[in-house]
Amino acid sequence: MIDELAALRAQFPLLADPARALHYLDNAATGQIHRAALDAMVQHECTARGNVLRAGHHLAQQATLAYQRARSQVARFLNAASADQIVFTSGATAALNLVAQSYGSLLKAGDEVLISVAEHHSNLVPWQQLRDRAGVVLRVLPVAADARLDLDQLEACTSPRCRLIALTHASNVTGAVTEVAPVVERARKLGARVLLDGAQRAPHGPVDVRALGVDFYVLSGHKCFGPGGVGVLWARSDLLGAMPPALTGGAMVERVTLLHTDYAPAPRRFEAGTPPVAQAVGLGEALAWMGQQDWPRIERRMTRLTERLIEGLFQVARLHVVGPHDGRLRVPLVSFWLEGLHSHDVCQVLDARGVALRGGHHCAQPLMQALGIEGVSRASLALYNGDDDVDALLAGVREAVRTLAS
Amino acid sequence: MSADLYGADIKALARAAHGAGTLAAPDALVRLDNAYCGDRIDLALTLNGAGIVALAHQTRGCLLCQAAASMIGLRAPGATLGQIDRAISALEAMLAGANAAPDSWDELRFFAAVRDYPARFGCVSLPVQALRQAVQMALEGTR
Repeated sequence: MIDELAALRAQFPLLADPARALHYLDNAATGQIHRAALDAMVQHECTARGNVLRAGHHLAQQATLAYQRARSQVARFLNAASADQIVFTSGATAALNLVAQSYGSLLKAGDEVLISVAEHHSNLVPWQQLRDRAGVVLRVLPVAADARLDLDQLEACTSPRCRLIALTHASNVTGAVTEVAPVVERARKLGARVLLDGAQRAPHGPVDVRALGVDFYVLSGHKCFGPGGVGVLWARSDLLGAMPPALTGGAMVERVTLLHTDYAPAPRRFEAGTPPVAQAVGLGEALAWMGQQDWPRIERRMTRLTERLIEGLFQVARLHVVGPHDGRLRVPLVSFWLEGLHSHDVCQVLDARGVALRGGHHCAQPLMQALGIEGVSRASLALYNGDDDVDALLAGVREAVRTLAS
Repeated sequence: MSADLYGADIKALARAAHGAGTLAAPDALVRLDNAYCGDRIDLALTLNGAGIVALAHQTRGCLLCQAAASMIGLRAPGATLGQIDRAISALEAMLAGANAAPDSWDELRFFAAVRDYPARFGCVSLPVQALRQAVQMALEGTR
């Protein structure tokens, strides 16, 4: 296993040097970039840099082909029916804003959007804006005692006016994975659509949007071992076809006169301006690499590590783990707080030991309020993490208690 | 590294919580949040012509934030506005890389190690910004 892990880490430039004392456990914020993604971007920029979907010269055509190839790679990762259902954005936040602006413009005053109290601000604030400008009613699904979404409240939180249920696929604070089937079932009864914010789920293996039965799916490139500055919106073709552009300009039109514009079909309609071509190429390669991994095996290992981490944290006095304790119910992400200690102070002490965590409210202030806490320290694992990282974290937490509480 | 940040002086200053509490009839009351981490301070003060008469704060934050608030709670009451200005300037200059001003508050030197941690500047600055705003508010009589 150690050799296997070393071979895996060797594929990530920042982790490749075993002498580097780094235990990177902030993958929920940003994953490390895979060499294939980096190499593909360098190769693209050095041999095929040109603008896409415009000029007819050789470089432009090469760039266009690379860009379309990336779109197909993303489609495969999501098991999308067509690459035309893939819209490249600048990130998951931009993708969520795109849906709120574009699909949101089709909603009427009094229509309802259901989110949950556990959403990242990126899947909350855009809907608050829609509420304020269009009179859409924003309803909120609570969390249960174990901080998982309380799906027993789905019926009570939705009415026949519900048009969209927009939920996290996996919480960036609790790690809890949302059980999607009951959500889709409820939405179908109401004639509503389902959006999943997959920013935290997608880094843990390919997603089958068709099997999930959802209508929109969002992911972030830099969390999936790709570059920053790129994300993805997947949506069903009929929805994309009905949605107006959220951003206008070049490349997203068919014909423009001084009086009128005919928009291009999806996905171009939603990609105004020059897209992040090299980033898309890098993301495509990262997702293609992910698609080749043995995810059932990785998932077993990550579940074991997660449960070991939770068990170890339980041994620390006055420490509280947020979210379900069963590692199978969450992505490998564990948030915790210590009575009397601030999460930033804890993370600072850990950083001095080469253990990279993130502390704070994690852009989920409503969830913090619901849980009655100010902030948490979050250890988020990726497939290249191992027992050595868990050991370092647990030792660091014990030292943090000694350092800060003495 | 972090041992510098969490020395005995900083921890003792934070735990002393000088000035923790409220004022019955403040000339100014300021609430500031650190958007980065959610820390919060409510700072109240009264002024007379010479300077700060009384100051109290309620601080929810990390050790650095609590220590900075405690320093203000200890030093600001009785200080002239000129002394307050000099202390704030000295702290800001120190975070920017300068040494603590020798004629300013002794406790400023406790925060010297923060210079190497830009992400934590806001922790120390939150109480200081609250103090600055409260003084301004009291001077303008805008409460």
